[in-house]
Amino acid sequence: MKNSTLSGKKGFHFSQRTNEVISRTLSYLGLIILALIWIVPILWIVLSALRTETNPDGSIIGIVTSNYFPNQMGGQNFVDLFNGTFYGVKHAFIRWMINTLIIAVIDCIISTFLILSVAYCMSKLRFKMRKPFMNITMILGLFPGFMSMIAIYYLLKSIGLAGNTAESAYLNIIGLILAYSAGAGMGFQVAKGFFDVIPSSLVESAKLDGCSNFKIFLKIILPLSKPIIIYTALMSFTAPWMDFIFAKVIIGEGAPECWTVSVGLYSLMFGAQSNANYFTQFAAGCVCVGIPIVALFMFLQKYYVEGVTAGAVKG
Amino acid sequence: MSDAMQSVNKDEPKAKENIFKRIFTAIGHFFVMFGKGFVNFFVNLFHRVVDFFVEFFRRFVDGSIGTKLSHFIFGAGSFYHKQYIKGALFLLLQVAIILFMVLCPEVNSTPYGYKALANLVLHGNPTMVFDPATLKTIPADDSKLFLLFGLVTIIVIILYILIWLLNIKSSYKADQDLKAGRKPTTFKQDWNTLLDSKFHIMMLTPTCIAALVFTVIPTIFMICIAFTTYNTVDMNAASTAYEKNLFHWNGFNNFVDIFQGNTSLGKEIGARFLPVLGWTAIWAVFATFTCYFGGILLAILINKKGIKFKKVFRVIFILTIAIPQFISLLAMRNILNGEGPINQILKNLGWITNSIGFLGNNAVGDDPTLAKVMVIVINMWLGVPYTMLMTSGILMNIPSDLYEAARVDGASKTKMLFKITFPYIIFVTTPYLISSFVGNINSFNTIFLLTGGGPAVTGGTYVAGETDLLVTWLYKLTINNGEFNTGAIIGILTFAITATITLISYRRSKAYKEEDTFQ
Repeated sequence: MKNSTLSGKKGFHFSQRTNEVISRTLSYLGLIILALIWIVPILWIVLSALRTETNPDGSIIGIVTSNYFPNQMGGQNFVDLFNGTFYGVKHAFIRWMINTLIIAVIDCIISTFLILSVAYCMSKLRFKMRKPFMNITMILGLFPGFMSMIAIYYLLKSIGLAGNTAESAYLNIIGLILAYSAGAGMGFQVAKGFFDVIPSSLVESAKLDGCSNFKIFLKIILPLSKPIIIYTALMSFTAPWMDFIFAKVIIGEGAPECWTVSVGLYSLMFGAQSNANYFTQFAAGCVCVGIPIVALFMFLQKYYVEGVTAGAVKG
Repeated sequence: MSDAMQSVNKDEPKAKENIFKRIFTAIGHFFVMFGKGFVNFFVNLFHRVVDFFVEFFRRFVDGSIGTKLSHFIFGAGSFYHKQYIKGALFLLLQVAIILFMVLCPEVNSTPYGYKALANLVLHGNPTMVFDPATLKTIPADDSKLFLLFGLVTIIVIILYILIWLLNIKSSYKADQDLKAGRKPTTFKQDWNTLLDSKFHIMMLTPTCIAALVFTVIPTIFMICIAFTTYNTVDMNAASTAYEKNLFHWNGFNNFVDIFQGNTSLGKEIGARFLPVLGWTAIWAVFATFTCYFGGILLAILINKKGIKFKKVFRVIFILTIAIPQFISLLAMRNILNGEGPINQILKNLGWITNSIGFLGNNAVGDDPTLAKVMVIVINMWLGVPYTMLMTSGILMNIPSDLYEAARVDGASKTKMLFKITFPYIIFVTTPYLISSFVGNINSFNTIFLLTGGGPAVTGGTYVAGETDLLVTWLYKLTINNGEFNTGAIIGILTFAITATITLISYRRSKAYKEEDTFQ
């Protein structure tokens, strides 16, 4: 009946049913085309990782190929990647993966702790320095990260935690962990947005019962904040896998055995000893990094979405 | 939430006013507020300083003998009030800092302490010195470390003053407690206060220390660098090998050079600055709004009634968020490479004979406009899913009675989209829009990994490429060219731009003004 009033205004009109079928088909069509656009580059990396054929002239197939789908597939690239010696480091890729894992785990623990504690203070406590603190973090966040990156490098270097080579190169990893997690507390906005939504009445009534702020944080706020804890942990765990430039500057060219996986893979393609023929191995490396991270995201999708939505409202 | 909606409706007639008029009013308003704030700041500061000194002398006169002694020996007041642990802590800090200042511990043969303050004039010793007494060579000085250690020492002095004031305050409070007939607090009581009414001090201290060391000091360091002669080209041209680590204060000469173009470096930078700034602005606007509206449309499409496999579609789009950016960006770069599959396929089809330089990193003479468009399009590929996820949640929160009412009034679907859905989402996500705009101005990864700034622009060593943003230019100037001082200037200018944008928009956004409304 709504339809009749609407179609009365214009002369010709499809029935509502046909209208809906058409719009639904168009929507599906649009979604499928978009999904294809989104998948093609990713699938190409996966296919390149599995590519084992050689070019017609016998050379190893690198990036130069006109076939989207490979003629021969197999796991040879993965075997080569894991056994390969790159930049003079035996089993380099495995070492890069282990380095990144160590950095990610430690960074995750420290960052999550710092972010949650700052966010709680900013959201639920009221004190004199609160507004100034928030404004200062906002202003500091506006400086381009690179400006401070170089200074951080010299700072770490002066205490022996960056720019080391050979035996003491592992110290660079400690430096990188410090650099990653030190700034974490300033990224409290998303978690604060989440805490803001927890009713203040809960906190007030606990206070009347004689709970200290520490106990309120531990016994009331934290148990209610599972989604944001998981979101924060996920973000800080994945950051070292995704970051590239910071790791490159802090760890440096001189210590390839301490590179993170992103620096290593980038150097395979574009570094000093790069080789276009490494492309399939590079792709295999990308798959090795991508699968665990994607799995983690999918597994924790619910929490991720919740965090993103909280971040949307509070910036 | 419905309150929010009503205020959007209230604002609607305003939106029909001339948009330029609104922008100009906003900017004018900003400067008026800025001026007022500026004056108020100094008036307040003056009052605070006067209050502080009045309070300070009152404490000294009124205080017990312990409080008076606290002005010279840290923790004396605490010992006087039998708060031994606290007093020991204060004393320990004082001794440690004084030793630090006097003994001047050396790292990499560069001293901290009072010598570091003296070194801040940046008059380094350019040659190695052989000390016959100890049979050791003292290496040549390094100005970077001079500056850095000087800053650290200044921060330590500030900390010393803060601890000094804290120790006086603590002793005076114990005096007051005694006068009021209470016992001075025990260490256990102090500890419990730290867990309760002063819990924020406990929670914020680690972050403050970390931020001080890894954000504040480095930022000040780089700002200082802008006023020095720190560039490796000039330093490498120095007469001896050891002078390569020395630079000096240069006042505002670097800034003057860029604006007047006295040297070839200044000319090149000055000539490219406005084009790069323009492209950074275009990039930030397009990158923000294409992703934003693309994401909203995609969210509406996926969440449409009757669409099945919602989860499958969502997962496909989330893939680009989950895959590390350096992988997906490098994959894109390789796909669009001169020898990559897209060019090969086009060649095989016979449509082109020479590779197209989509991303301008193949050869000189690539089309800059094409590269710019490609960068924005690929950025959509990365950014749309994020906004999609974000707005999906918000879409479900839009009160359905709004749509009901609109339907009763006979509004069409497009009209509902523009009159309800968009205004609602924009209202809720304004803070995100601002921060993502600023984030895009500083978006390093996308440009660096996709085009590396190409296509190259001829005309000198320091010129930025066609797609270089201010940040990637800053990176190139410092890491590739070693022009640390010029890079720092670019960084300061970038900060000035982002800070102005943020201040204007945040101050006007409702989320800032009504921070407590949802609690």
